[in-house]
Amino acid sequence: MAESYRRSHWGHAVFVLPYLTIFALLLAFPLFWSVWLSLHKVDLFGPGRFVGLGNYARVLADPVFLQAFRNTVVFVALSVPTLVALGLFLALALNRTTRAASFLRGLFFSSSVLSVAIVTLIWRFVFIPGEGLMPLIFEQLGLQPINFLSTAGWSLFSVGVATVWWCIGLPMMLFLAALQQIPGDLYEAAALDNASPWRVLTRITLPSIARTVMLVTVIQIVMQFQLFGQAHLMTNGGPSGTSRPLVMYIYEVGFVRWDVGKGAAASELLFLIILCAAMVQYVVSTRKPEVAE
Amino acid sequence: MSRDTTYRPEASRASRPLLWIATLLAIVTMAPVAWLVGLSIKDNRELMLGTESVFRVPYTLINYINILYSSQAFGWFFNSMVVAIGQTLGVLVLSSLAGYAFARLEFPFRRTIFVIVLFGLAVPEQAVIIARHQMFNWFGLHNTHIGLILPGLSSAFGVFLMTQFFKAIPRDIDEAALLDNASQLRIFWKIMLPLTLPAQATLGIFTFLHAWNDYWWPLISATRKEMFTITIGIASSQQNFAQSEGLGFLSAQAVFASLPVLIVYMIFQRHIVTAVSGGAVK
Repeated sequence: MAESYRRSHWGHAVFVLPYLTIFALLLAFPLFWSVWLSLHKVDLFGPGRFVGLGNYARVLADPVFLQAFRNTVVFVALSVPTLVALGLFLALALNRTTRAASFLRGLFFSSSVLSVAIVTLIWRFVFIPGEGLMPLIFEQLGLQPINFLSTAGWSLFSVGVATVWWCIGLPMMLFLAALQQIPGDLYEAAALDNASPWRVLTRITLPSIARTVMLVTVIQIVMQFQLFGQAHLMTNGGPSGTSRPLVMYIYEVGFVRWDVGKGAAASELLFLIILCAAMVQYVVSTRKPEVAE
Repeated sequence: MSRDTTYRPEASRASRPLLWIATLLAIVTMAPVAWLVGLSIKDNRELMLGTESVFRVPYTLINYINILYSSQAFGWFFNSMVVAIGQTLGVLVLSSLAGYAFARLEFPFRRTIFVIVLFGLAVPEQAVIIARHQMFNWFGLHNTHIGLILPGLSSAFGVFLMTQFFKAIPRDIDEAALLDNASQLRIFWKIMLPLTLPAQATLGIFTFLHAWNDYWWPLISATRKEMFTITIGIASSQQNFAQSEGLGFLSAQAVFASLPVLIVYMIFQRHIVTAVSGGAVK
């Protein structure tokens, strides 16, 4: 009798029905519809004719796409290592019970709860020529002010600074959690051996959290590949597209120029890239942890 | 494992210089925020003459008072509240129901359906946003609150989280209830749901923050100014700030817009920290 609820029963599916309806309508169907759109010539006046992989060919041949792709790769290659290294440093520094450390942890994480519009506003007010905090500091130091937001190279760098500032909380927290998992007796043994702090770090701490380092790296790659708001609001991709990321390319093609088929094709390409990274993440996170619990 | 015993003061003595560097970094990190707050309490006319006046008196609350008279910011704030609260409630209801069934009930194709839902975790917003925008166009859902709420309800994350939580509840609890001939819905409502309150809080906080801060969907869906969320409103006013309301007013608006999330963060900080660090690394 008590086993009855374990028996398969159509009635039980009622519980999942509300979510499944939303899932089917707002996720599954749009996914297929996007793929369908990406295979058709579509404009404002509705779906047109089937063009096969024509849209994909148009995207891949578009110099603006290639530039956006390169910008995104450069951005990921610079921001992710910074986030991982800085996050790890903060975790090591703040892995203690004192009130000061707890306060600093809260402070470094607090920026992640702000919206991208606030983050970019803050950093624009730091970087804007003439009125920003940076120009003021440069002036005080007697340096020639740099126009960070509209100089090629510096603009993507500024977007990166704002991004690291915004996103540093999550890596730090994940590293802190991993540090907490390291068994204390490893450190006791090291203390008995009078091991130097550097040796403890390189022989015990880092090897013990190697898996988390991998995991954080992949999570950040997935996240930073989707850069959009910061670039859109701080530099609008400029100057001359040097800070335009992939997602902004999709936005411009799909929602500014309304070339829907091409935009859909670009978005499926991005999906493919992210899917590969997500697969790596899955493999890393399901691999056996190296620290015995 | 208790948190306090795993912190190792003896290992951290060597890392004291690290703490000093971290403190220095914290000051650098906070400088832009201090700058924003500083700008927000200066008169716009004074700022026009030069922003270095932030470091001098007089300070004023005039920008904050101006927000009270600018109905726009309040309207945006209201929209954000409706969207964030609506999305949070929706996600909690849908995820709890589905998570309960996936974790504790048997029905045909349960495993298959769950795997399909999990695959939804890997689908980024960008892959579906163009199609969604078209669909919402068909049904005239753009520039409505419901249109801003709906896409957030499809996230598979909540279902995944709640399934994990429902799985962790011991079996004998609902088996005892079943012996008493309680209905499935009653068991869910009276016994299971109260046990998942901590999970509900975690999911609720994250959904609220995510909805409040969402940028891309409201950007393309809410195109009429009165339907902007506060995030989109702030974004739109900063795009032409040079000729508009002035640095002081925009700064005050940004501080005003951040207050709800900062308050949520301060109240639930401990909870958020545990959720972030506990959920991902286990």
